[in-house]
Amino acid sequence: MMKSNKLIQFIFIAAGLLILPLLLQQGGNAWVRILDMALLYVLLALGLNIVVGYAGLLDLGFVAFFAVGAYLAALLGSPHLAQAFPFIAEAFPEGLHLPIWIVIPLAAAIAGLFGILLGAPTLRLRGDYLAIVTLGFGEIIRVFLNNLDRPVNITNGPKGISQIDSITFFGFDLGVDHQFFGIAVNSVSMYYYLFLALVIVSVVICHRLETSRIGRAWMAVREDEIAAKAMGINTRNLKLLAFGMGATFGGVAGAMFASFQGFVSPESFSLMESVMIVAMVVLGGIGHLPGVILGALLLAALPEVLRYVAGPLQQMTDGRLDAAILRQLLIALAMISIMLLRPRGLWPTHEHGKALNKPDGPVTGNTSNSINP
Amino acid sequence: MEILLQQIINGLVLGSMYALIALGYTMVYGIINLINFAHGEVLMVGALTSYTIIGVMQSSMPGTPGWIILLVSLLIAFVVCGTLNFTIEKIAYRPLRNAPKLAPLITAIGVSLLLQTLAMIIWKPNYKSYPTLLPSDPIQFAGAVITVTQVFILGATAVSLAILMWLVHYTRLGRAMRATAENPRVAALMGVRPDTVISATFVIGALLAALAGVMYASNYGTVHHHMGFLPGLKAFTAAVLGGIGNLGGAVLGGILLGLIESIGAGYLGPLTGGVLGSQYSDILAFTVLIIVLTLRPTGLLGERVADRA
Repeated sequence: MMKSNKLIQFIFIAAGLLILPLLLQQGGNAWVRILDMALLYVLLALGLNIVVGYAGLLDLGFVAFFAVGAYLAALLGSPHLAQAFPFIAEAFPEGLHLPIWIVIPLAAAIAGLFGILLGAPTLRLRGDYLAIVTLGFGEIIRVFLNNLDRPVNITNGPKGISQIDSITFFGFDLGVDHQFFGIAVNSVSMYYYLFLALVIVSVVICHRLETSRIGRAWMAVREDEIAAKAMGINTRNLKLLAFGMGATFGGVAGAMFASFQGFVSPESFSLMESVMIVAMVVLGGIGHLPGVILGALLLAALPEVLRYVAGPLQQMTDGRLDAAILRQLLIALAMISIMLLRPRGLWPTHEHGKALNKPDGPVTGNTSNSINP
Repeated sequence: MEILLQQIINGLVLGSMYALIALGYTMVYGIINLINFAHGEVLMVGALTSYTIIGVMQSSMPGTPGWIILLVSLLIAFVVCGTLNFTIEKIAYRPLRNAPKLAPLITAIGVSLLLQTLAMIIWKPNYKSYPTLLPSDPIQFAGAVITVTQVFILGATAVSLAILMWLVHYTRLGRAMRATAENPRVAALMGVRPDTVISATFVIGALLAALAGVMYASNYGTVHHHMGFLPGLKAFTAAVLGGIGNLGGAVLGGILLGLIESIGAGYLGPLTGGVLGSQYSDILAFTVLIIVLTLRPTGLLGERVADRA
């Protein structure tokens, strides 16, 4: 009885997810586009959750891997490189238009490599020292993207790279609208299905990781590194693995983003993006997959939904306040109040932070920190 | 040689502002282990407050000497920022003292966003030019040029550092602060009120940030709602570079970072034959940070603490 109920529930949810874009596209592609971006953010948040949630390493530069994936897809799928380098133009007169079967694994691999590259020097760092180094790494990548148009034009600087190929499976182009059995499916809806599939695969991977030996080892490292080491866990390799796996998710999401938008510029990869992804993970419920997904959907969709709330509010203030400003105000207030009301996130796990929530005195703090003259 | 001296002077000026901001980060971190993301925004509020006060005073009392106007605006900025940071701590951080570690970080980010937005609403989002109140004639100094504002910045930094060191080392409050940082629960048993000490720390940090904000505004001549972000980020880097939680480290890190940036901006282009320009000076700061932390994981002056559970 219970089992069949669950099955019915599952079928309803699956059907709902499948029909959703078809309904939304009636109201305009903008709505489906919001959904697509929200799914990409879910992917990013799932990736960061491996690093922050499972392994407990605070990464404030996660957007760097997103950028690496996006720029890789942009370089390999646009005429830019051929325009900038004559020898590539000679070899590929049509421009480099590598199929996604090369671009996506490459984006995943190179982003993962960057993750390990970042992880290696930071292994000995603890807590907040790690946060600032990752933040610095994110900024370094962004500054390079902004300035690598001279002396040789690789990234095209602040102008960014445009005309990136859309995703094509065996000649089936997601970039144009299609018809199935008389139902029109727009390009944005096609991307929705692709991203949804990716999210589902990622959730399965993350869930399997969580309950695997590796996942349990990560959580042991998170809760108490010394104890984990004493239990024979190779903390160095596991930390590197967490960075690498998380970065891989970021890289794939980046490649998707570039193909979906057809355009990338350094502006999309600011520190604020990294901070927002961390906020998604923490706000939703760190280390808990449903929570992380909820947090990502909420923070990604909130600004767009608030667009429709901010309008009437703006009228109430006689148009004195800009709608964008009001939106930002509401997001800030939402972040603060959610955290104050639910310090462990909207949908927290039962496991996370158990060891951290000792019944302490009025203030917590450990003895390893002090103000030293 | 003159160029080097000039870059050193600029670096010291920039570095002393970083140092003042970094002190605010490091004191808060030392006591409650929180990266106060909103600290840069306190600086911004300080600078914008003083901008408003200067505007009001210049129009209502024309003829008042520039330095008096600047001083009054600085004092009012002190009051505003002190109250602001006190309130922020009370509302956004105190309820989360026992929450998981990342929770206050997110409220700090939220507060930072909130302050920026409020500043946009109150002061409008455009760039405003900050009036020059101190004599603007440059002083020649061994072939390099230093402005009166820069002399004022260096002097004010030295004075406030001296006051801070005295406060931390020779007063009751300073002792209480050090004790709370060492171990809040034991400090509480000894009769220290951790809540009061933490509030005091936030207020002191805010005063330093307000001072740095006014300096920043007078040095660069513009104020806007986003001005706190970059100095905040750099100062945070400086605090970590010196060893977070360490007051001397914050000052050292700040000045070092200022020097690296300014000398890097001057020499990066010529040294690499124009391949890397001054726009890479930001990278230089972070690269130095990564190298230093690889060699000394707790920063330049940070304590080498043994790992403990």
